[in-house]
Amino acid sequence: MAKKVLIVDDEPNIVAALEYLLQRTGYEVQAASDGDDALRQVEDFVPDLVLLDVMMAQKSGYEVCQRIREREDWRRIKIIMLSARGREAEVNKGLSLGADLYITKPFSNAELVARIGDLLGEAGPPPNA
Amino acid sequence: MSQTGKFIAWVAALYVAVLAVPLAAGVLVAFRLSDGDAAALGRILEQRAAVLMLGAIFLLFLCVFVVRWFFARYLTSARVLAEQTRVIRAANADLRLSPGEARGLAEVASAINELGEAYGALRRDSEARAAEARSWLEQERNRLAALMSELTQGVLVCNAEGTILLYNERARALFTAPETASPRPLVGLGRSLFALVDRGQIAHAEQKLRRSLERGDTLPSARIVAATAAGRLLKVQVAPFLDAEAQLAGMVLALEDVTVLLDRESQRRSLLQTMAASVRAPAANIRAVAENLAAFPEIDPQRRAQFVEIIASESRDLSARINDALQQYADALKATLTLEDVRVTDLLEFARQRITDALGIAVELGGIDDELWVRVDSFAFVQAILHLAARLHEDYGVRNVGLLAGAAKSFAEIDLAWSGAIVSSDALPLWEMEPMEFGKERSPLSMRDVLEQHGGEVWLRTGGVGGVRTGCFRFLIPIGEPVSVAARSGRAAESRPEYYDFDLFERRAIPGGLTETSLAALSYTVFDTETTGLEPSAGDEIISIGAVRIVNGRLLRSEVFEQLINPRRPLNPESVRVHGIDSAALEGQPVIGEVLPVFHHFCEETVLVAHNAAFDMRFLQLKQASTGVRFGQPVLDTLLLSAVAHPSLDDHRLEAIAERLGVSVIGRHTALGDALLTGDVFLKLLPLLAERGIVTLGHALEASRRTYYARLQY
Repeated sequence: MAKKVLIVDDEPNIVAALEYLLQRTGYEVQAASDGDDALRQVEDFVPDLVLLDVMMAQKSGYEVCQRIREREDWRRIKIIMLSARGREAEVNKGLSLGADLYITKPFSNAELVARIGDLLGEAGPPPNA
Repeated sequence: MSQTGKFIAWVAALYVAVLAVPLAAGVLVAFRLSDGDAAALGRILEQRAAVLMLGAIFLLFLCVFVVRWFFARYLTSARVLAEQTRVIRAANADLRLSPGEARGLAEVASAINELGEAYGALRRDSEARAAEARSWLEQERNRLAALMSELTQGVLVCNAEGTILLYNERARALFTAPETASPRPLVGLGRSLFALVDRGQIAHAEQKLRRSLERGDTLPSARIVAATAAGRLLKVQVAPFLDAEAQLAGMVLALEDVTVLLDRESQRRSLLQTMAASVRAPAANIRAVAENLAAFPEIDPQRRAQFVEIIASESRDLSARINDALQQYADALKATLTLEDVRVTDLLEFARQRITDALGIAVELGGIDDELWVRVDSFAFVQAILHLAARLHEDYGVRNVGLLAGAAKSFAEIDLAWSGAIVSSDALPLWEMEPMEFGKERSPLSMRDVLEQHGGEVWLRTGGVGGVRTGCFRFLIPIGEPVSVAARSGRAAESRPEYYDFDLFERRAIPGGLTETSLAALSYTVFDTETTGLEPSAGDEIISIGAVRIVNGRLLRSEVFEQLINPRRPLNPESVRVHGIDSAALEGQPVIGEVLPVFHHFCEETVLVAHNAAFDMRFLQLKQASTGVRFGQPVLDTLLLSAVAHPSLDDHRLEAIAERLGVSVIGRHTALGDALLTGDVFLKLLPLLAERGIVTLGHALEASRRTYYARLQY
C-alpha cells in the first residue's frame, strides 16, 4: 500500500507542484492550506509523513509540529519542515519541537524525494515511480 | 674670586704679615746704629743670607700650611654647609647635616639642623594644610579618571592647537591596537592630535563648530569618520570646549570603533546589489519563456521542450545565486547594532530582580555556568522574560519560577521554568505577537520583535517529574564573547593615572628657539638602557630600553616605553648579575634595528634625559649607521646637572643624588625602574638649578658643558 504524505503550505503554487511531484513518485497525497486544516487532516488521513511549511498566516508550522508531537499515537509520523527562512535558531527550534528534518527553500525536487524516501525507510523510489 | 685666587691672596697676606715682624725688628735694631756696627751687621746679614732665605721659605711653607688648614677647616666646610642648607630649603627638608663632616663648624651645623628641624615642621604643617585644601580637587580628579576609564567609548580632549590634554585608556587602545613593533601614532598628554587624526578633517570639524557657535546653536557638534594607522575606522563626534568668553578653547572627541559596523553596512549594501543583479536576469528569462508557453498553446513539441528546459535550468540558477549570496553575506545579516556581550549570570540576576520587583513572585536561579556569555540587548531581553513571567503569573497563577541556562553550540539556552500549571501550546504564539506588558508598563515592542533583533527563538517545553507537570519556555540566544575584565579596569585601580592635564590648555607654541625655552615648560623623555657590558665599541649591545615622559613638570607614569632587545650575542655573566636579564628572556625579542625606530618615535619633540647620558648616547650613536635612526634632540644628564647644582659634593651616583634629594629608591636595575628614578631626580634638580640662575635649556646645556664631569669619556 502506498505511503501517505500530507502537504501543509498556504502557498497554492508550491502545493500544486509538490502534490503532483509526490503523486507521480507514488505516494498517496493530500494537502492542507493552514495549520488548523492540517491538524484536522492528520486526524482523518493519518499520514506517514507531513511536509510542513513554517511560515503560515494563522497557525505556524512550529505549533502544528508541537501539536502533532503531543499525541502519543502520532509519534510515528515523520515531519519535514520547509521554510524560506533558515536562521540557525529557527532550525534549532524546529528540530527541538520534534521535526525530523528542516529544509530551506528553494530546494531541488530530486533532493526532497530522496529525503522523504530515507525517512519512510524506502531504499529507492517507490516501485511504481 | 675663584677658590684658588682666594687661597693665594690669603697665603700672600699671611706671609706679608709674618715677614713683617722680623723685618720690623730688623729695622728697629738697625735704627741709630753706629756706622761700624751697621757695616758689621751688613756683613753678618750678607754672610747669613742663605739661612735667612731658608727661614723665609720655611715661613712661606708655614703660611701655606696654615691657610690650607684654615680653608679645609672653615671655608670648604662652610661651602658644603651652604650647599646642603640650600638642598634642605629647596629640595629635601628632611636632609640633616652631619657635624663630623663640618669639622670646625660643628656647632653651626647643629644649629642649621635645628633650624632645618623647625623649617621641616613648618613645611610639613603647611603642606598638610595645602594637601587638605587640595584633597577635594583630587577627589574630583579621581572621579574624572575613574569615569573615563570605565567608558567604553574613547575620549580625547585637546586644546585649540591640537595638544592632547586628556585621554582615556579606550582612546589609547583604539589608536594603538593591534600592538606591533612598527611605529604607531602615540596617544599621550602633550602629544599632537594630528598624529592620530588627519589635520584636514579636524580643521573641517573645527570650522563647523565655529560656525555653529557664531550662529548661536545650543549644542554644536561635528561628526567625522577617521581611519587610524592600524586600519580601523572610527566614528568621531567632536564637541567644542569653550573658554570664559564662550570662544572655542579646545575640542572634546568621542571615539567609537565602527570598522565592523561599516563593514556590515557595506556588506548589506553589496548584498542588496548582488541580489538585485543576480535575481533579475534569471527571473526575466523565466518570465519571457513562461509567457510564451501561456500565449501560444499550439507551440510545437520540440520548441515546448526547449522552453521547459530553459525554465528548469534558470530556476536552478536562481536558487543557487540566492543561496550563494545569503551564505556569503551571512555576517552582514546578523543584528549587532544594539547588542552587547553580557554574562548570563548577570543577565539572569537582573531578570530575577525585575520579576521580583514587578510581580512579587519568587524566582530561583539554577546552576548557571559563570563563563557563559550572550550577545543581547539586555534591557529588551529582560523585558521579554518579564513579559512571559507576567503572563504565567496573571493567566495561570504561577507563583514560583526558575531561571536556568546552558550552552548549546553557538547558542545559549535560557529557560524560564515552572511547575504545576499546564500552559497550552496555543498560548505562546499569542504572547509572542502582542506588545510586551507587565503590571502597568507596556512596551511598544512584541517579544517577536525582540527575538528577531537577537536572531533568537523561543518555544514551550513540557514534561513531568514524579507526577507533577512541569513546563518551561526555552529561549535560544546567540552566545557572545567574554569581555576582557583586564582591559576594562586598566591601570586605574592601582595608581591614579595621569591621563589628563588641563594646565596644558593654556600652553601655546613656545616662541623663540628651544634653547631659550624654560626648563619647566619643556617635555622630556627620561630613559635608561641595560647593556651586555660597558664597551659599545668592543661590541657590547643594548638589551633593554626603558623610558618615561615628563610633560608640564609631571612624570607621566602611565606613558612609558619598555622593551627588551635581543642582542644577538651571548651575555656576560657579570652583567646578568647587575640587570638580572638572562638569554632566555631575550629570545624572541625584537632586535635593535626594529626597536630604535619605535623608541625614536616615542621620543619625538622631547628633550632626552638620562643619568650619565654620555654612556647611553654612545650606544645609540653607534647604531646610527646601521639603523638610520638619529637622536638629534638636546640631551640633559642628571649626573652633570647634579654636579652643577652641587659643585662641592663628589658623589653623583644616581642612588646618592636620590638619597640627597629625598627620592625613594625602588625598582632599580631595570631600565624602566632607573628611568623613573632618574625622572624623579631630574624634577627635584630643577628648582636647585633655578636658584643658580639656570632656568632655560640653553643655560642647562651650557652649565653641563662647563662642569668637570663633562670631560669624562667612555
